[in-house]
Amino acid sequence: MRSASSWRVVLPEDWEAGGFGLYIHWPFCMAKCPYCDFNSHVAAKIDQNRWARAYLSEIDRVGALTQGRILRSVFLGGGTPSLMDPEVVDAVLTKVRATWPVANDIEITLEANPTSVDAGRFRGYADAGVSRVSMGIQALNDADLKALGRLHSAAEARAAFDIARSVFERVSFDLIYARQDQTVGAWKAELREALAMAIDHLSLYQLTIEEGTAFGDRYKAGKLRGLPDEDRAADLFAVTQEIADEAGLMAYEVSNHARTGLESRHNLIYWRYGDYAGIGPGAHGRLTLGGLRHATETDRIPMTWLERVERFGSGDSLCAALSVADQRAEFLMMGLRLTEGVDRARLSSFGDYDLSKNINGLIDIGMVETADDRLRTTEAGRPLLNAVLRQLLG
Amino acid sequence: MTDLAHIRNFSIVAHIDHGKSTLADRLIQSTGTVADRDMKEQMLDSMDIERERGITIKANTVRLEYKAKDGQDYILNLIDTPGHVDFAYEVSRSMRAVEGSLLVVDASQGVEAQTLANVYQALDAGHEIVPVLNKIDLPAAEPDRVREQIEDVIGLDASDAVLISAKSGIGIPDVLEAIVTRLPAPKGDRTAPLKAMLVDSWYDSYLGVVVMIRVMDGVIRKGDSIRMMQTNAVYGIDTLAVLKPQMVPIAELGPGEIGVLTASIKQVRDTRVGDTITSERKGCEVALPGFKPAQPVVFCGLFPVDAAQFEDLRDSIEKLALNDASFSYEMETSAALGFGFRCGFLGLLHLEVIRDRIEREYDIDLITTAPSVVYHLYMKDGTMRDLHNPADMPDLTLVDHIEEPRIKATILVPDDYLGDILKLCQDRRGVQMDLTYAGSRAMVVYDLPLNEVVFDFYDRLKSVTKGYASFDYNLSGYQEDALVKMSILVNDEPVDALSMMVHRDRAEMRGRAMVEKLKDLIPRHMFKIPIQAAIGGKVIARETLSALRKDVTAKCYGGDATRKRKLLDKQKAGKKRMRQFGKVEIPQEAFISALKMDS
Ligand SMILES: Nc1nc2c(ncn2[C@@H]2O[C@H](COP(=O)(O)OP(=O)(O)OP(=O)(O)O)[C@@H](O)[C@H]2O)c(=O)[nH]1
Ligand SMILES: C[S@@+](CC[C@H](N)C(=O)[O-])C[C@H]1O[C@@H](n2cnc3c(N)ncnc32)[C@H](O)[C@@H]1O
Ligand code: SF4
Ligand SMILES: [Mg+2]
Repeated sequence: MRSASSWRVVLPEDWEAGGFGLYIHWPFCMAKCPYCDFNSHVAAKIDQNRWARAYLSEIDRVGALTQGRILRSVFLGGGTPSLMDPEVVDAVLTKVRATWPVANDIEITLEANPTSVDAGRFRGYADAGVSRVSMGIQALNDADLKALGRLHSAAEARAAFDIARSVFERVSFDLIYARQDQTVGAWKAELREALAMAIDHLSLYQLTIEEGTAFGDRYKAGKLRGLPDEDRAADLFAVTQEIADEAGLMAYEVSNHARTGLESRHNLIYWRYGDYAGIGPGAHGRLTLGGLRHATETDRIPMTWLERVERFGSGDSLCAALSVADQRAEFLMMGLRLTEGVDRARLSSFGDYDLSKNINGLIDIGMVETADDRLRTTEAGRPLLNAVLRQLLG
Repeated sequence: MTDLAHIRNFSIVAHIDHGKSTLADRLIQSTGTVADRDMKEQMLDSMDIERERGITIKANTVRLEYKAKDGQDYILNLIDTPGHVDFAYEVSRSMRAVEGSLLVVDASQGVEAQTLANVYQALDAGHEIVPVLNKIDLPAAEPDRVREQIEDVIGLDASDAVLISAKSGIGIPDVLEAIVTRLPAPKGDRTAPLKAMLVDSWYDSYLGVVVMIRVMDGVIRKGDSIRMMQTNAVYGIDTLAVLKPQMVPIAELGPGEIGVLTASIKQVRDTRVGDTITSERKGCEVALPGFKPAQPVVFCGLFPVDAAQFEDLRDSIEKLALNDASFSYEMETSAALGFGFRCGFLGLLHLEVIRDRIEREYDIDLITTAPSVVYHLYMKDGTMRDLHNPADMPDLTLVDHIEEPRIKATILVPDDYLGDILKLCQDRRGVQMDLTYAGSRAMVVYDLPLNEVVFDFYDRLKSVTKGYASFDYNLSGYQEDALVKMSILVNDEPVDALSMMVHRDRAEMRGRAMVEKLKDLIPRHMFKIPIQAAIGGKVIARETLSALRKDVTAKCYGGDATRKRKLLDKQKAGKKRMRQFGKVEIPQEAFISALKMDS
């Protein structure tokens, strides 16, 4: 049973410590990648104008809820947002600027797939106001790209990346490692190549086998061979940190590396547990409304979401206040992903739970450390974050 | 009211899986006691655990009405009994309430160890025995050979054994006729003071305590005031009923009849199986002899995972004990585990069943400590004490010598597997006492230490003989041996709940097996964990559970927060099924699993 007090907010505007951003989900892709469990769908025909109208209407709606907040970032994620018509992106961003006061250094990111067709639209996105792209390059050799079900070659991805560099202020790209049969040596070489290309930011994800994906099914049937065991996965993670560090792209988060000051501002809002509005199919949000932090969710199915927006004027399928215990769990779960860790004063503001015994236990075994009023994982604790969280919240 | 001549009471007994419950189904069905559409296989096995494991655990009674070929109507009270050796007490108890037994023998398997054990018990109870050869539908059935075997091995006339297939319904009318014509009618005096045997009792969440009785003399009626002779408790009868197998109210029960009563009995302890029930006034003078108490042979501690559930645990244990007189319990405290109970069982399956029932029927998560037998400690000061729990082992300098319980095991095994059995018994410190043949089957008798048998002997026996051997045992006494206490240290801290008594010569091997097993059973932690077995201060086996190296979610963004938080909550709930020892969390299954050996 939860007492009424478990719903109270500690600091009514705790979110300000993390800032405010807007996430917009574009749910379509050219093909579904076998590893991907994002809300992405392949559609024969997309009426882009109809989608644009729905996005504008949703921006109006969440704008009214969050009037006057300074918007720090917009993230167009997917799916494959580089399939959007530049005109649609322009209309959306124009609407955004008319709805909120925006920060001087607002970051506007768009996720892009590295094919030549997508690259052909980059100029238009930049003109619409996109300042940063995050490209899903995934691998730098064709054999692995094929195994990952990607539609582009390594050369095509490099070409798209070069265009992006010349068009946008900031460019990041994603790689997936711990692939089938990938050796530590091969990954080291590939990562060095990637670091030579990278400018300010790089996301390096260990391949995760997600339930409900083609890889997930193959794995369950015992047909996805050559995946690293825990020891090799740990080794791969360790060399990744080492090599990226050497190149000056330090990990600021479990899977994200950047030069100082060039971190993804948008993603920092999530990890610093700020507020964000989420619009588009399957988008989630965290919004402090009337002093209570709410979780929001929208319909996942693209057409259902679209019709819901058109008919009822809102795509939200859920908007529920979070208990203080849930907020605290989320605050730690997100915040400890960051190298900087979490602010202890802010942690203790999430109710009068005494975590000191758990924290001390973790300090004893070298998994976390406290310094400068912060709590953070050590280098040893970072690859074990889930275990750390289980014990911390135990 | 039914006169004695028209009543027959019998138990169905057999080795495990020979088809007792299936035969009960057919008898229930062909007497029209239950309509065809309401029938299901082994319908008397109503507990979840019975249905899952496909075995009978509790004896069950049904009253059948049968019109015999002689044109007369008979009341037949049937008790279906369990076959597994751990539930033998149910069988002996049931037999006391009836005059005859149907001895079911699987015609494709023949006489097995429990067949023998059951016959001895039935003879002991003065029963008339009707042999029934079942499963004659099977191509492997050899009724003639099995008939011979019954005569050779058991010494029972099997010439008019009834041939049946309980599954396909062959021979069922013959069984019914045999019950009427070959089993004796009960005896009793209707005019004498009430004398009824308390055969069983159980807790029903609607009715409270339900008591099953067999009337020997006199008549019992609804509204009567009755007295339990052992406890002197007095009750007024609220309901009187017979089981068909649902409770059907009845006005009275006379001599020879079996039924149930409820009487707003609050004190679970007031109903003891084997007690004699009489009328409050002008009761009978001499009580029935009662049942031989069951001798629990395996003991272990049961502790609630959540200490706050101790009282719930007490309540559930009392209610279960009501239903199972072969299970004993007393309160226990442990430094690491808090309050719980030290419980005694007839075997490991019995232990597992009770534990499962508490967990399911009462929704309590349990920690089960390492099972142990009872040792006799002869102290230097000349006294003797029982050791139920290795954790209580006193300082060795005070102990003169230790004796352990031994058993006489009877094993029936096809020739081909005899070698494997002899090796198994030898490995378990057995001494061969007898070896005889009946056809192509050998009957081996071994003297074995009980502690080598209780944990996994039965499983091993089954696996080395592909299921063809059967086994029965009786306690035979105590004998001195070189026994030592082996402690298990996890992360350098002794875990009392895992300590055990072992024979010195077997200690190293058992220790090694234990630490290897524990290494697999304990999940990896954020640090490496040494797991050691030690005798006194000397480490005899050691393994190291390496530290967890990677457990982190690669991607976690705004859209994942809810899902990932719920996942974390689920993992935390999983941790609740573990118990903390120092810095280490040990899953509750580990305590029993660690003891089962692979060889
Ligand atoms: N083919 C064949 N199978 C049978 C027959 N009777 C029983 N069985 C099967 O044998 C198995 C055991 O039957 P049960 O009636 O549960 O045996 P049981 O003696 O009550 O077993 P326990 O109570 O566990 O000792 C089941 O799979 C039955 O379907 C029969 O006449 N023919
Ligand atoms: C939302 S996806 C989309 C970006 C874009 N549609 C693309 O594929 O290039 C963001 C990133 O998550 C990563 N990702 C997706 N599924 C993954 C998985 N199962 N394991 C590891 N990384 C994954 C990929 O690197 C991908 O680029
Ligand atoms: S990885 Fe990117 S392109 Fe592939 S299905 Fe997922 S969102 Fe679409
Ligand atoms: Mg049965």
